[in-house]
Amino acid sequence: MYQYDAIDQAIVDARVAEFREQVERRLAGTLSEDDFKPLRLMNGLYLQLHAYMLRVAVPYGTLSSVQLRMLAHIARRYDRGYGHFTTRQNIQYNWIKLEECPDLLADLARVEMHAFQTSGNCIRNISSDQFAGAAADELADPRPYAELLRQWSTLHPEFSFLPRKFKIAVIASETDRAAIQLHDIGLQLRRGEDGALGFRVYVGGGMGRTPVIAKVVREWLPMADYLSYMDAILRVYNRHGRRDNIYKARIKILVNDLGIEAFAAEAEAEWAHLKPLGRDAPEAELARIIAQFKAPALVAEAEALDLSEPDFALWLARNTHAHKVPGHRIVTISLKPVGGIPGDASAEQMELVAELADKFSHSEIRVTHSQNLVLADVRSADLKALWQALAAAGLGSANIDRASDVIACPGLDYCTLANARSIPVAQEIAARLAPVEAELGELKIKVSGCINGCGHHHAGHIGVLGVDRKGAENYQLLLGGSGAEDASLAKILGPGFDADGIVSAVENVTKAYLALRSDPSERFLDTWRRLGADPFKEAVYGG
Amino acid sequence: MPHLLTCNRLETGEVLWWTGEGWNTDIRAAAALEKADAEALIAQLAPAERVNDLAAIEAEANGGGWRPLTTRERVRASGPSVRPDLALVGFPTNGI
Amino acid sequence: MADDLHLFALRGEPADAGPAAALAELAEGSNAAAARLEPGDDPRALLPWIGTLRLIEIGFPKFRDGRGYSQAQILREMGFAGELRAVGDINPDQLQFLLRVGFDSVAADAPLDPALVSRTLARYAHVYMGAADGRAPAFTERGRAAG
Repeated sequence: MYQYDAIDQAIVDARVAEFREQVERRLAGTLSEDDFKPLRLMNGLYLQLHAYMLRVAVPYGTLSSVQLRMLAHIARRYDRGYGHFTTRQNIQYNWIKLEECPDLLADLARVEMHAFQTSGNCIRNISSDQFAGAAADELADPRPYAELLRQWSTLHPEFSFLPRKFKIAVIASETDRAAIQLHDIGLQLRRGEDGALGFRVYVGGGMGRTPVIAKVVREWLPMADYLSYMDAILRVYNRHGRRDNIYKARIKILVNDLGIEAFAAEAEAEWAHLKPLGRDAPEAELARIIAQFKAPALVAEAEALDLSEPDFALWLARNTHAHKVPGHRIVTISLKPVGGIPGDASAEQMELVAELADKFSHSEIRVTHSQNLVLADVRSADLKALWQALAAAGLGSANIDRASDVIACPGLDYCTLANARSIPVAQEIAARLAPVEAELGELKIKVSGCINGCGHHHAGHIGVLGVDRKGAENYQLLLGGSGAEDASLAKILGPGFDADGIVSAVENVTKAYLALRSDPSERFLDTWRRLGADPFKEAVYGG
Repeated sequence: MPHLLTCNRLETGEVLWWTGEGWNTDIRAAAALEKADAEALIAQLAPAERVNDLAAIEAEANGGGWRPLTTRERVRASGPSVRPDLALVGFPTNGI
Repeated sequence: MADDLHLFALRGEPADAGPAAALAELAEGSNAAAARLEPGDDPRALLPWIGTLRLIEIGFPKFRDGRGYSQAQILREMGFAGELRAVGDINPDQLQFLLRVGFDSVAADAPLDPALVSRTLARYAHVYMGAADGRAPAFTERGRAAG
């Protein structure tokens, strides 16, 4: 993975010093909260219900075991012994003290980590495919291109005060594991007609109050010029994005207002100005970064697995994925034990995963947007030992992309923006459906505690949105969303429910699916697409 | 309807309740105020206090203490409902 | 420029170019040596006067409104060589960005602490991307070091 040179380290160290001084000014009273708030947000620090919350960047979701151990240390030293992995592949700490935050950031900087731009109206952490570098279906490892974007976007002088936040994702396969069509910009690595690498560029996707699937703004963007093209899109957005209404300020609104052709023309015109200015990184820089993502030297071998133990066989089937080198698997570690909090990991669990990564997966860990962890390069011969160690620590749930693998934002248990609790609803749904999840097949359930949609409810096969209804927590049921390459937006089925009612409604949807599917290989999402809302409405609300 | 004055401490972010004389992290020590008095206190305290998100919230009397009207404020008073182990001592989250 | 603003040089000496003309006034034939852009104005509309203007003020009615950064950057890309001044709600923490996109001075609503300003401007010894200030981005520095 990428390792800092002296320049990268100097920038992160300077950022720690800058933030330390900003905190000192705030504590001394020379900086008002109004002026401090955007500064702390640009460093990922929120004030939540119980304390400050710090969102630490995990660039494109990749961590070393050294970094994961530091995250465990931070959970213990500065928080209450745990952290929460998020749908943006980052980690959040819930109990942070402002006065300790500069020391925390200094600790992070010692392992080449930071909280740059994890909030605020700026370019956020770049996300990517959690299987990058290992997936059998990828064209190349997308992370070097994401790393160059990370550097390009860090303290970008022209784009640090955008109309609203800005999210970019990069993938390199036809299967989309990073929901690129629900990002402000989605980049898909492809080969051009001459065989050279470049990107298909999507723009204007997003969730939140007005969910929109991105549109293709450029079928082919040459690799040599992609940074200046990003500058061009951002400049059009910075100048023309709406600033009069926070709910209409994302680039998706601008793209819709202008139309994709007019937006593309504006971007092309701006790019014509920018391309000759030397803003693009030279080939040597990309080569330098690519060299650091060199795949581990894995030896292809025949896979001989003992599947006599049913629990292991089940875990193997559900939590591992084909690796490009025969005899190896990509392992997803579920952070969704039934009864647990989706995405939460204790310091002890983080340390265990770090240890297992050292032992079995070349000391590297990935964070997924589904709030799970990945060991990407595991020898099949080691799978049994890995599984046993995980299961002993409560990390052996065999439920990836199944009904109990629920995504949930922190909701009203932690978040000051939330209208309703999401974790208890996610827990109850998981507990109710876990016994039948084998029968239900692939089923992505996503719960958000407010319209901002951090729980990605619009991209859920089944989505749940918490709202405030006359002072009481109320939950809307949405069906038919997908964040994958077949992206679609979930639609509200009908009137909302209380917390008990929504769990029963979700259960009724799954029962209806089992009765309605054409055969067991038809996923819930495909049954929904084939039949539409009516039979599910009937099942949930009665005739 | 009684009002309670609440905020988060600047240095730590922890939840505080106005006792009539100062701040306390335990809602059971909170003083009930008339709405107008609470608003006057906010105006008086806001500029000088080292706190954020100063607000008056509604609460009802409940067994000698106070039960905030909204889920949000009940969660703030006791802690996350999904982590009873982290709740305010002697203040169970199952009442949220 | 209004008297109650606090003028501060980021580099060089601030120009005294007289009252700034709005885009509409320039279009009507004003021969002012200074122009003024509001956040919604198109900086490329200043092209006919780009060689003669000595000062262009760019308004920042709220510091969160970042359109002025793109306006400044575009003016420098157009070849404007006079003074660029950021006017309005300017905080010390944004000065490094203002300097990078080509501003020479600020006229701020509130006074700035000179010690804090100099620390802020000297904070980052390296930058990742090119901008109007001409500083070498990290990839250029690395290229030099490599050979």
